Amino acid sequence: MAKTIEEINKKIKDGNVVVLDAEEIIDYIEENGAKKAAKDVDIVTTATFGPMCSSGAFLNFGHSDPPIKMNKVWLNDVPAYSGLAAVDVYLGATELSESEGMNYGGAHVIEDLIQGKTIKLRATAHGTDCYPRKDIETYINKETINQAYLFNPRNVYQNYAVATNSSNKTIYTYMGKLLPRFGNATYSSAGQLNPLLNDPYYRTIGIGTKIFIGGAQGYIAWHGTQHNPNQHRIANGTTIGPGATLAVIGNIKEMSNNFIKAAIFPGYGVTMFMGIGIPIPVLDKEMIDFLKIKDEDIFTIIEDYSVQRRNKPTYGKVNYKQLRSGNIAINGKKVQTGSISSYAKAKSIAQYLANLIKEKKFFLTEPVSQLPQDEKFGNLEILSQEEI
Amino acid sequence: MAKRKLVLTFPEDIVTKPITYRLVKDYDLSFNILRAEVTPDMEGKILLELSGDIPKIEEGINYLQESGVTIQEAARDITVDKKECIHCGLCTSLCMTQSLTLDPETKKLLFDKDKCILCGLCSNSCPVDAIKLKM
Ligand code: SF4
Ligand code: SF4
Repeated sequence: MAKTIEEINKKIKDGNVVVLDAEEIIDYIEENGAKKAAKDVDIVTTATFGPMCSSGAFLNFGHSDPPIKMNKVWLNDVPAYSGLAAVDVYLGATELSESEGMNYGGAHVIEDLIQGKTIKLRATAHGTDCYPRKDIETYINKETINQAYLFNPRNVYQNYAVATNSSNKTIYTYMGKLLPRFGNATYSSAGQLNPLLNDPYYRTIGIGTKIFIGGAQGYIAWHGTQHNPNQHRIANGTTIGPGATLAVIGNIKEMSNNFIKAAIFPGYGVTMFMGIGIPIPVLDKEMIDFLKIKDEDIFTIIEDYSVQRRNKPTYGKVNYKQLRSGNIAINGKKVQTGSISSYAKAKSIAQYLANLIKEKKFFLTEPVSQLPQDEKFGNLEILSQEEI
Repeated sequence: MAKRKLVLTFPEDIVTKPITYRLVKDYDLSFNILRAEVTPDMEGKILLELSGDIPKIEEGINYLQESGVTIQEAARDITVDKKECIHCGLCTSLCMTQSLTLDPETKKLLFDKDKCILCGLCSNSCPVDAIKLKM
């Protein structure tokens, strides 16, 4: 019998909801069968904790006296974008400090804000009749400013590629340090815990879905950039390599550094580990067919990151069980593997979210609109005005 | 008499025995293999201490490099900050001696210092700077 989100929310309220995480549901289905699982289990929690470069924060500082229309803005020497109203800025996670370079960036400012630390704000302006001030230097923290929310244009990738290096030198990439001559291979997905791999056609995950983000309760705002529903899929619906993505939003003032963390990939730059949890309602047996996937059912492609081109040579497919075993074979050679996203952290977020639901602190929402099932996924070509 | 602690990396197609034998015979060096890790289908790594005359050590090192062995100074110490670590496992892909691994059950990082040969390959890799190598 099918369940509705309303019925599931009532169960949460009544204290008799059954919640498992996306790892626990695998065994439950194997032991009890799909039909019983669909009947018994109401919600499956999914999660991911990985570096997500396309993250950043909208901040509003409030007005100074006399006021200023900020033109150029720095937070702890990290530039923020202020081509908005007078005291609104967008601070990107990967923006680097002008004084410390790769040792500190936008993600660190966001982390400092979350921790309640003091941040130096500096801004310049051209000065107008309504905003006469031309420069300002002051200090802020998350209590002194008005709004501070993350708005991440692309998070929660549905699968990602494996990176390796065929060249003769060590390379430093956003997929980590890659040793020469296939010395190692890195990957980045929570696999069987990943939200979009457990709901591969976004039946329940949509715009307006309430999510757990960095310790706060936030929402899916839109489909993410480079959302690619037309990516090649296998029979269980999961994509081979990157497919759907999500744009997400959440209040920084409610976040905790347990679930979001600034990171530096040596030689590449600054990024942000985002912890995101998404509850999937078990509406019917069809959802169980999606939720039963395990690491060995999810495949991805091995790509050669030493080739500095958009299309990289590939070395075949592997599944996440092989990747998590610690080594895979590439061209007959045994290659050690490592993840750049944290399975242990993703698991703890899935459990944390399950507990929030059981404690009646987190209710589900019906999506207000579906994510696109068709979307252009194009490239940037270098063209003249005549060619376009 | 001088002493140098080095990490030698042997590509998979080089056989270690004759090379180390020549170090002793032709360069009059004595060596002490502190740790070694040679895995089939992969590169071999040896942490050793060379002792002998300084010019002979230099010659020996040149000979090794010409034979295709990569040489680096061993680090003095390594620490892994368990509080900072987020258990991604990135470093485990770089560690050939399996001193850095993820626990198959908890998926959390395990560090077995006894297996570490101080090769330094895991340096410059941790996204949260939890691994510190002293050179
Ligand atoms: S230095 Fe790092 S990579 Fe090398 S053996 Fe020790 S732990 Fe492993
Ligand atoms: S790379 Fe750093 S954070 Fe990741 S498991 Fe190793 S020590 Fe921990």
